[in-house]
Amino acid sequence: MNESGTDNGALVHVDGVGKVFHRGSEDIHVLTDLHLQVPAGEFLALMGPSGSGKTTLLNLIGGLDRPTEGSVTIAGESVHQLSDRRLAGWRARHIGFVFQLYNLMPTLTTERNVELPLLLTHLSKSERKKHVAAALAMVGLSHRAGHYPRTLSGGEQQRAGIARGIVTDPTLLLCDEPTGDLDRKAGDEILKLLHALNREHGKTIIMVTHDPHAPARAARTVYLNKGQLSSEPLA
Amino acid sequence: MKYLHLVWSNLKRKKLRTSLTLLSILVAFILFGFLSAIQQALVGGVAMAGADRLIVRHKVSIIQMLPESYKARMERIPGVSLVAHQTWFGGIYQDPKKFFMQNPVVPEEFLSMFPELVLPTEQKQAWLATRTGAIVGRTTAERFHWKTGDRVPIQSSIWAQENGSRNWEFDIVGIYDGKKKGTDTTPLFFRYDYFDEARGRWGKGQVGWFTIRVADPARAAEVAKLVDQEFENSSAETKTEPEGAFVQAWASQLGNIVLIVAAILGAVFFTILLVAGNTMAQAVRERTGELGVLKAIGFTNGQVLALVLVESCLLTVLGGVLGLGLAWVMISRGDPTSGLLPMFFFPTRDLLVGLGISIALGLVTGIFPALQAMRLQVADALRGT
Repeated sequence: MNESGTDNGALVHVDGVGKVFHRGSEDIHVLTDLHLQVPAGEFLALMGPSGSGKTTLLNLIGGLDRPTEGSVTIAGESVHQLSDRRLAGWRARHIGFVFQLYNLMPTLTTERNVELPLLLTHLSKSERKKHVAAALAMVGLSHRAGHYPRTLSGGEQQRAGIARGIVTDPTLLLCDEPTGDLDRKAGDEILKLLHALNREHGKTIIMVTHDPHAPARAARTVYLNKGQLSSEPLA
Repeated sequence: MKYLHLVWSNLKRKKLRTSLTLLSILVAFILFGFLSAIQQALVGGVAMAGADRLIVRHKVSIIQMLPESYKARMERIPGVSLVAHQTWFGGIYQDPKKFFMQNPVVPEEFLSMFPELVLPTEQKQAWLATRTGAIVGRTTAERFHWKTGDRVPIQSSIWAQENGSRNWEFDIVGIYDGKKKGTDTTPLFFRYDYFDEARGRWGKGQVGWFTIRVADPARAAEVAKLVDQEFENSSAETKTEPEGAFVQAWASQLGNIVLIVAAILGAVFFTILLVAGNTMAQAVRERTGELGVLKAIGFTNGQVLALVLVESCLLTVLGGVLGLGLAWVMISRGDPTSGLLPMFFFPTRDLLVGLGISIALGLVTGIFPALQAMRLQVADALRGT
């Protein structure tokens, strides 16, 4: 069974997508004939057991990987058909990523980490600084701008990761288990922050998560199991 | 430039490893500087040699003497425009370790033959007027704090005076400079007439070697042949060769300097290649995940390749510039052998070559890790974190 959102005006179109990984002589079918549509401005939680293909689907939507079959279209762009070089440029313009383990550069301060995606734009140094300050303010981390990641708590590092994800004002924010490495309190704060970004700033968010509290914050939750999507969790 | 802090921060990641690699590169380039200076000192004279000058020496060996009377016969050979002679004096001033060359010459013809030695006119006049007069190069004058008017005693290991004494005294009447960098300004030259008259019976009327200026450098080989033919079957046959070849042969007594230097530097830089290459390979391997993040947020494969290459070049160029700079400072303090290497300096050409080597080293050591980084699949790299 496949889960589809509203077809009209959807930002994300995943049509008949399949993904096969080859391990030696073995073919592993991770996703099969999968359909998903995400309207602009939606906060979608993607849940499912480990190994169900959640991260693979997120990678396909974010242009980090290519489907074996089917198509991925984001804001009218057929992502799966872009060359590596154009895909990189497309990611820089349209996608913000938030990772489970924050993936901040340990040798850069918080503001330098947040600035990274802006280095790929034509913004001047002062303009970049303004954007970074705004993103840090949005996640409540202005006071930690000059600190290195190792001096930040897990929650703060994830806030910095989110600031890096939104600093270019991307079309789509993709979060891969953003609360997966945090305690309950810090995890709730991150969910609250993502919720606020969606509600107050209209960010379209797709979040892969195991967090049982996530559906309460997301506008819609879909479940992935054995390469198939459903609107209900498996019993 | 906006990526420079990113590159620099990566180098600071493992400070000890970067410092040790930097230090090894720095030491290699100091060695490069010193070997360049030694090579310059030993074979640099070849480049400084006049294209229109020939050296005539005894066919058997440079230490065999030639009759001074050959000069007049050489002057009659077609194509010869000037002849001057010199003789090895082998003197010691105070301490045998304080070596510098001293040769008796005929002032007018000598100064005409070597216009690269710049001597003020009044000092030249003083030399012509003073039989015991000597001119000394700026380097030696400063080394021994000599000035015009000083009387300096020099003991010859070869030449005794008629009274048996080996102690000679000369009046410093001039201090000369070199027209070009690299001109040897260590020798002392004194008058041949004073020398020939004062020396004992042995060697009287004999000189060490002649320098010939040819009217047309294109005919130098032909003139050299004529000179040797002139003295064929005499008691002192000659061997005539271009000044450059003469200097080269002199330096070659120590072996093929250029080859020796190249071999040492080859071994050193090959080692550095392995050290810096290993550093870069480790640096890239350690941050596979971070490279994946860079690609995820939109850095292209080319940009990632460039970042790693710039990092590698920054490391080697930094080490190279520091090493070359330190070598330049140390070499500028002068000949460390107390006079054995009078033309000991770090040529600008070699400094630029060193800089080029440091960039090439960065590119070679960085290219494989950079290609590895470039080929990383984003999803795989992120999974690896």
